[in-house]
Amino acid sequence: MVVKQLSVYLENKPNTLNKMLQVLTEHGINMTAFCVADSVDYGIVRFCVGRPELAYSILRENGYTVRLTDVVCIEVPHESGGLHKAIRIISESDINIDYMYAFADGGSAKVVIRCNSTERLIEIAQANHLELVKI
Amino acid sequence: MIWNTSIECMDRESMRKLQGERLRNVVEHVYHNCAPYRERMQQAGVKPSDIQSIDDIVKLPFSSKQDLRDYYPWGLLSVPQSEIVKIHASSGTTGKPIVMAYTRNDVANWAEAGTRCLAAYGLGKDDVIQVSYGYGLFTGGLGAHDASMNLGATTIPMSAGNTEKQLLMMRDLGATGLACTPSYALYLAEALEKSGIPRNEIKLKVGIFGAEPWTEEMRKEIEYRLGIKAYDIYGLTEISGPGVGFECECQNGTHLNEDLFFPEIVDPKTGEVLPEGTEGELVFTTLSKEGMPMIRFRTHDLTHLIYEKCSCGRTLVRMGRILGRTDDMLIIRGVNVFPSQVEAVLCTLEEVEPHFFITVDRVNNTDTFDIEVEVKEKYYSDVMSEMELLRKKIAHAIHSVVGIQPNIKPVAPNTIERSQGKAKRVNDKRKFK
Repeated sequence: MVVKQLSVYLENKPNTLNKMLQVLTEHGINMTAFCVADSVDYGIVRFCVGRPELAYSILRENGYTVRLTDVVCIEVPHESGGLHKAIRIISESDINIDYMYAFADGGSAKVVIRCNSTERLIEIAQANHLELVKI
Repeated sequence: MIWNTSIECMDRESMRKLQGERLRNVVEHVYHNCAPYRERMQQAGVKPSDIQSIDDIVKLPFSSKQDLRDYYPWGLLSVPQSEIVKIHASSGTTGKPIVMAYTRNDVANWAEAGTRCLAAYGLGKDDVIQVSYGYGLFTGGLGAHDASMNLGATTIPMSAGNTEKQLLMMRDLGATGLACTPSYALYLAEALEKSGIPRNEIKLKVGIFGAEPWTEEMRKEIEYRLGIKAYDIYGLTEISGPGVGFECECQNGTHLNEDLFFPEIVDPKTGEVLPEGTEGELVFTTLSKEGMPMIRFRTHDLTHLIYEKCSCGRTLVRMGRILGRTDDMLIIRGVNVFPSQVEAVLCTLEEVEPHFFITVDRVNNTDTFDIEVEVKEKYYSDVMSEMELLRKKIAHAIHSVVGIQPNIKPVAPNTIERSQGKAKRVNDKRKFK
């Protein structure tokens, strides 16, 4: 269950994020997961939406440098050791995680993971009864 | 103190006679020993015998940085290579540096020129001069070094960098003179303040600063923070290096060592010599150089010349403040940078478009060198570490050609403004005027 995540490159200065979100708002796009990675000069905004292809073309039309990236979303119990168990399974199978971000909602928590082999991660997750979800 | 009174205070008529004799010799020399000069003179219909006095210099064709590139590395050599005792170089536009070759006499004449500068700053054999210009192909370090040795001062070949050791040597050896770029002087001033070394343990009194443009405000700040007198030393690699000109105690213009380096001011467009005092492009002819003489070398610096005798007693012509350039060359951290160099490098990199924008500023007394580069869509990675690798790769490629490290800012394709006609590719926020 591959999730298509959007990654948008923004200059690291005031108002750039606001402007990009404005574009999404105007098109009624709602985000379900969101994360900003920053360096001194630029940032990478990563997020998931219901219709990634649509958001992708809208952002492109508005002049943004944007990529669709395959990620995996795993739901883990929202309790001590919940995340740890999932990560331990992934680590033991020699998958390297490039980045991840998490959000918790009520009794469950979800982590979005970008790694060197999405296919393998899915296999491992299924074999180990980790819960893959769409977001 | 005036190091060479007979030259530095020579009356104008005798100076012009001396310059005329030397010009005759150097023209004769290049005509018979350097094919490109000979061919160019033949094309212009000039023979060495047409050059009788310094006034005849206008008959000679110009030379330029481009010639040094075209004939890289030995093409403009006017003596057998066995006569060359050392090499210096500055960065070129296409990866090839500009190379200068010096005979034993060239080194001695350059040292003489530099010594006149140091003496004018009040330095002498009792002084201890810390040379904190970079040593190496750059003319700054070894140029100041030779001048200091020739003066008879105790010379510390520190080179640039290693701040702690700079301060340690400065204090322990009792340095009285500091030769470096003005921005490095300010950096050292800050480091000295932070170090907690009391000022009275430092004997520094004179700064020998050059290789980059600086303002009167910067001079005042250096003088205040280091508690010294700061003097400008002028030079350019093609003409020899630091020591082409210097400020005397009056600090009213830059005296040029015109017996060695003959200056003219020409119209940048037509090449016509302009009347005395008019602003125009500075042109130099090396009157005594043997290894690689430069005949009517166009510096692209805009300035004017003052022939009145100076209150210091010197009659050596003075150059006014350099007001700008006729080309787009930037001097960043003492290094000559052409936007075309950056363009040439970007064209060799598959990941980027050849569109860029350079921003130069001075932050905390150090020049910043930012380049916005359009990275092609497919080379964007959403993994930060891969983007950092790409930035490093671009920075490294530019560094290897230009000679200084830029800060690369990746931007999306089509975000840098495309202009009609001449592209504006540089914003120099530093204030020199």
